[in-house]
Amino acid sequence: MTSAVPCTSAVPSLEVSGLAFAYPDGHQALFGVDLTVGRGERVALLGPNGAGKTTLVLHLNGILDGGAGSVRVAGLPVDKRNLAEIRRRVGIVFQDPDDQLFMPTVREDVAFGPAAAGLRGAELERCVDKALAQVGMAAFADRPPHHLSFGQRRRVAVATVLAMEPEILVLDEPSSNLDPASRRELADILRSLDVTVLMVTHDLPYALELCERSVVLSGGVIAEDGPTRELLCDEELMRAHRLELPFGFDPRSVAVPR
Amino acid sequence: MHVPDGFINAPVSLATGAVAAAAVAVALRGARRELGGSVDGSGHGGERTAPLAGLVAAFVFAVQMLNFPVAAGTSGHLLGGALAAILVGPCTGMLCISVVLLMQSVLFADGGLTALGVNITDMAVVTTIVSYGLFRLLVTVLPRRRPSVTAAAFVAALVSVPAAAVAFTGLYALGGTTDVPLGKVFTAMVGVHVLIGIGEAVITALTVGAVIAVRPDLVYGARGLRRPLELRTPDGTVTVPQAAPAPSRSARPVAVAGLVAALALAGFVSYYASTSPDGLEKVAHDKGLDSKEEEHAAKDSPLADYQVKDVGDERISGGLAGVIGVGATLAAGTGVFVVVRKRRSRTAAAPAGTEAL
Amino acid sequence: MGAGHAHKLYRHARSPVHALPPHCKIAAVFCFVLVVVSTPREAVWAFGLYALLLAAVAGAARVPASFLLRRLLIEVPFVAFAVLMPFVAGGERVHVLGLALSQSGLWGAWNILAKGTLGVAASVLLAATTELRALLLGLQRLRMPPLLVQIASFMIRYGDVVTDEMRRMRIARESRGFTARGVRHWGVLARSAGALFIRSYERGERVHLAMVSRGYAGTMPVIDELNASRAQWTHAAALPLAALAVCLTGWMLT
Repeated sequence: MTSAVPCTSAVPSLEVSGLAFAYPDGHQALFGVDLTVGRGERVALLGPNGAGKTTLVLHLNGILDGGAGSVRVAGLPVDKRNLAEIRRRVGIVFQDPDDQLFMPTVREDVAFGPAAAGLRGAELERCVDKALAQVGMAAFADRPPHHLSFGQRRRVAVATVLAMEPEILVLDEPSSNLDPASRRELADILRSLDVTVLMVTHDLPYALELCERSVVLSGGVIAEDGPTRELLCDEELMRAHRLELPFGFDPRSVAVPR
Repeated sequence: MHVPDGFINAPVSLATGAVAAAAVAVALRGARRELGGSVDGSGHGGERTAPLAGLVAAFVFAVQMLNFPVAAGTSGHLLGGALAAILVGPCTGMLCISVVLLMQSVLFADGGLTALGVNITDMAVVTTIVSYGLFRLLVTVLPRRRPSVTAAAFVAALVSVPAAAVAFTGLYALGGTTDVPLGKVFTAMVGVHVLIGIGEAVITALTVGAVIAVRPDLVYGARGLRRPLELRTPDGTVTVPQAAPAPSRSARPVAVAGLVAALALAGFVSYYASTSPDGLEKVAHDKGLDSKEEEHAAKDSPLADYQVKDVGDERISGGLAGVIGVGATLAAGTGVFVVVRKRRSRTAAAPAGTEAL
Repeated sequence: MGAGHAHKLYRHARSPVHALPPHCKIAAVFCFVLVVVSTPREAVWAFGLYALLLAAVAGAARVPASFLLRRLLIEVPFVAFAVLMPFVAGGERVHVLGLALSQSGLWGAWNILAKGTLGVAASVLLAATTELRALLLGLQRLRMPPLLVQIASFMIRYGDVVTDEMRRMRIARESRGFTARGVRHWGVLARSAGALFIRSYERGERVHLAMVSRGYAGTMPVIDELNASRAQWTHAAALPLAALAVCLTGWMLT
């Protein structure tokens, strides 16, 4: 099942073609991944543990490279020469916000990326304020990150990458460890953003809620690509890739807010 | 044991501060190499230093608060110099302990600001250099197996603590503000610290053993152990299989000779120590230990100094002088080899840097 | 400056001392302590004056005496050491209450007590009036190598995280019925310490990835610039200069 990619613009946000990669210890994680994400799309990347999801994500901003194939972000190839620009365009939100928020205060943390890119003074201030306002954390700018709740830290983590005005936002397990209210707040924030989103998740209802399209990464290749609801309803496919819906959840009967 | 202001006079404090600053400067350069990011010579490697060394410093800071109960409500804790040196390498270890000491001094007023140089010199510089040097020496001499690493960690930690005490005594001899006879300071400091060293050694060896069982690749000091197994990089550089046994062959006789020389010297020093005219004023000494320990128990600080309360005071008697001598001299003997080992580990560390992430 | 970034010693208040730039304060405290350490111990009155100077600073900083005195407890082990000195030091003996005490030992004890206490008090005042983040920025401004400042700020940032992990491991141990009581339990504790090291190191690797993902290339971008006016430097210098005057007088009189 290869659905037509709904491209809303001429240059897709992300183009991965034939990407293969083996770690130095010989373990091969990716075996030729092809994936295109159009501008403004929200795509869920599903797959069992060990499918190569994290390896793929680390290729998107050039932390891992050296295998076969290519990655392009908004037409720009990911390679050593334009690494700085690529890292500005691809905003990765890691799973543990404590890893991501390494500066002493929320404000400095959000400012880190833009400041590393050369922004200073009032312009930097404005950029930080805007990113914090987008996630509803403007009131917490001067707090140290470890005094925030987990949900708040996750939102600040999103702000740290939004401040760099990325072309594509990559979220690694955005809903993990969140209480239902924080989960919904984050969903509202993600929906309100005008940015391409690639969301790596095991949380299938969350994928259905936020992403029209899903891709399944299994065994180091894209095994399926299609509308999220169709994928979730295909029981055989789900079983084949160790994907399971939560008890009592029926994707057919859920109205998805758009 | 954090030296406060006023213990060592101003000129010696400042001079020691300069020594400490120089050592930290060297360590800053060395740590980049040890933390293994130097894939391309373009300063790319320095990137990893700050987060990794920062986290290791946070670990040292936290692990110093982990209580190891001795018996009957008393407990000790880790100082961490030897542990850090063995786990992350001498330069990174030195850097981490220095940062911990700096923060303790500035944030908790623990250890005087002017005594910072003295504290860094004994507790960060001497401890890590002595323990790492001795550790590498023993790993080279002993059979290449994991229990050897644990044993080497034990001895390295055991010696590193009294070595710091010896260094302190040396500084005291240069710039001490009271005229307590040097022999007494030496025996008191080293005596107490041999006891502390035993606790430190047990904990360090057990901890290194625990890490090596799960992630042997994270034990910097034992990287040589797995080298013959793992070096066949995808780009086909197969230089290592023959290089790996070479250091052990060439270094081992040198190391053994060094150990023998150190032991011979140890005999001389222990002779000196046991015949030193002051001897041990046992009563005053024991009294000192008692009062010091009671105060420790009363002190409500998370950064309380290492406590080994319940080890019998009477055991710190003249008989320890020999042990002290051996420790001190091994430390001195090891110092010479540190340079050699460092150079060797530098060449060995280069291929290890090729692993991604 | 991040408000509310408190550590154990910091006392939030608005005072002229709090308002001084951190690097001025660090430099002033360091010079003050250096002057104190260089004062001849025989000039007993000088130490009294130093204590008054510090009391004046504490007053200006609105740090209550009880707070300051409680923090001085950190010095207690050295008090014990100092008390011992008159018994073990050599030289002339004086007889007090039937005890033969060494005269130079008494001087030595006084020396350590007076200078150590003043040093701790000055450091406590610094820590009580300066936020953690500001201290680090101050050290950086005083030309401490940036890499060292970065390591220190990572240590501060993750100190709580790592300590918390350690606490959770203890709770996990105790929930399974294990309480360390003696040396024979050290193995289990050491395994926890080992696990804590592995977690910390791996977190360091993850933090590095997160930093690189946001464009880190070895140097921290400068976000806050610190600058001190001449007036601020003059205010900060008042303490060490006053102390220096006392010290010089002390040298001339003894």
